[in-house]
Amino acid sequence: MAAKATFDVPQMQEYPIIPMLKPNAMKTAGPFIAKPEHQAPLGFPCELVENWEQKAVEKLGELLEKYRSLRVYLDACVRCGACTDKCHYLLGSADPKNMPVARQDLLRQIYRRYYTVPGKIFGALGWEWGKKLIGAKDMSKEVLDDWYNYFHQCSQCRRCSVFCPYGIDTADISMAAREIMDSIGQGQKYCNEIIGKVFKIGNNLGLPGPALQDTLEGLEEDVEFNTGVKVRFPLDVEGADILLVTPSADFFAEPHVDGLVGYAKVFHQAGVSWTMSSYASEAGNFGMFIGSYENMRKISLRIRKAALDLKVKRIVFGECGHAWRVAYSFMNTLAGPFDFLDPKYPVPQHICEFTNELIKAGKLNFDKSKNDHLKITFHDSCNVARATRMGDVEGGQFTIPREVIKAVCNHYYDMPAETIHDKTFCCGGGGGLLTDDLMDVRIKGALPRMQAWKQVVEEQGVTHLAAICAICKSQFTKVLPYYGFKLDQVVSVHQLVSNAIILDGQTEE
Amino acid sequence: MATISVGGKDIEVDEEGYLVTLDDWSEEVANHLAQTEGLALDESHWEIINFLREYYQEYQIAPAVRVLTKAAGKKLGAEKGNSKYLYELFPYGPGKQACKIAGLPKPTGCI
Repeated sequence: MAAKATFDVPQMQEYPIIPMLKPNAMKTAGPFIAKPEHQAPLGFPCELVENWEQKAVEKLGELLEKYRSLRVYLDACVRCGACTDKCHYLLGSADPKNMPVARQDLLRQIYRRYYTVPGKIFGALGWEWGKKLIGAKDMSKEVLDDWYNYFHQCSQCRRCSVFCPYGIDTADISMAAREIMDSIGQGQKYCNEIIGKVFKIGNNLGLPGPALQDTLEGLEEDVEFNTGVKVRFPLDVEGADILLVTPSADFFAEPHVDGLVGYAKVFHQAGVSWTMSSYASEAGNFGMFIGSYENMRKISLRIRKAALDLKVKRIVFGECGHAWRVAYSFMNTLAGPFDFLDPKYPVPQHICEFTNELIKAGKLNFDKSKNDHLKITFHDSCNVARATRMGDVEGGQFTIPREVIKAVCNHYYDMPAETIHDKTFCCGGGGGLLTDDLMDVRIKGALPRMQAWKQVVEEQGVTHLAAICAICKSQFTKVLPYYGFKLDQVVSVHQLVSNAIILDGQTEE
Repeated sequence: MATISVGGKDIEVDEEGYLVTLDDWSEEVANHLAQTEGLALDESHWEIINFLREYYQEYQIAPAVRVLTKAAGKKLGAEKGNSKYLYELFPYGPGKQACKIAGLPKPTGCI
């Protein structure tokens, strides 16, 4: 992707507008297709298999047996239309196939053809009018092309399912479709290459142990230079109490790394022993994005192994949206039981929860004026907001990060109510879409969030958008400039903590 | 597989223009890649590119942003030790664009 590539950036409006539909506006060849070397390590065929039409239909049948929910989602839709204008990609692109119901129908048409009685009868008789009547279609190259394109224009954010009266989960349908495509040999390069790197090296970046060690030592020097305090960034320390599992972007990119510095300062000030692991140096689990239980499990098992090898008592997750979903909702069944951990603490625990407890117990001191140059709003990351919880109260995933921010910042403002909490808009880059070859989709999908952000910028003078997800942070860094903002207007929540925390023995900067 | 032609030699690149074989890199190739990105390389670019290549040789990965800014600050002066300076040199991001020109693989992940 050359730097000079230009995109058709949607116009931000005074208030949100449901666009006039533009059929096929986003019809493309889709993202780069995985090469054989990206497919093989995940156990997928290296290229489109012979008889792929039949194999795809069979795989759908297998998934229907395995996941009762999938059959319910494919059966239950009554075409009420409640979801149609809830998807950020529809709002940004106006392509009708980005309406959640239409996206579901791409898979549903095959389900109806091969797994319902009328579909089987009309199919056997070859009655086209009958298939059309019930919304059934034969599996074909045209269908596969639509799947590959439009199921990679879904960030699996689940906003539509909040509004669906039946709770149909488009993310699950999109994951199933991607799993079918992987199983017939047509995977997505971005996700599958990354999963391969986790298996080979331990993280999405492909950051080997020595480079990680060097990076962490550099951060120790920086913090000591800035504060006069030797805050440690421990790696592979056997016998530590806490294993921190964080997205590898925290080691590599800005503003992520400032969040990592914040976690380290909190651990330091709390006086706990903690460590990171070079073997499980990744919180993210792209196995979920591609709907692959086996790959998701293999990635999760790395965390279990690291916890056992390092003999830790607790596992804490850093700021990573979908990692928290996998950790909170699936890790126990994927890689449990975690009965070797200390039962006094939640398994796993989110870093915001960890920090907030210390704040509430009065164990951390802050100079909030250090953040007075910032006016903050918080972006609820979709996987945290709609698939998990934090702490022990309902809605903790909304209140806890905000409580942390308010404890360290004097100026906090929420974005409009219909764009936060469980109705939050995706950043536009989640679900395996954070790749340069999908930049057009990402820019368009960011529109609703950018519009809500623009409102607090103009009305409250908000200067920075705080997030607790590596993907959100990277996506905003990239797309903010397309909407007339600066790339550094996104911050990590623990970056704000890092700015304000007073460490024992700290010297003034 | 796509190729670029530099000095009469065809060199394989991937869909996004990154070198397939890292050994194919030369200064001439770097200049060619920069040109396709709309950049004309000067001394400041080369300082960064050379550091990227040295770091990659040692660690088999491009340096993290903080490692890079710190090295730039040490070598080139404190005013150059920040990502703003790097973005001025490589507007599409020091991570990806500079790596491409330096002939390194594209960093992947949530970045």
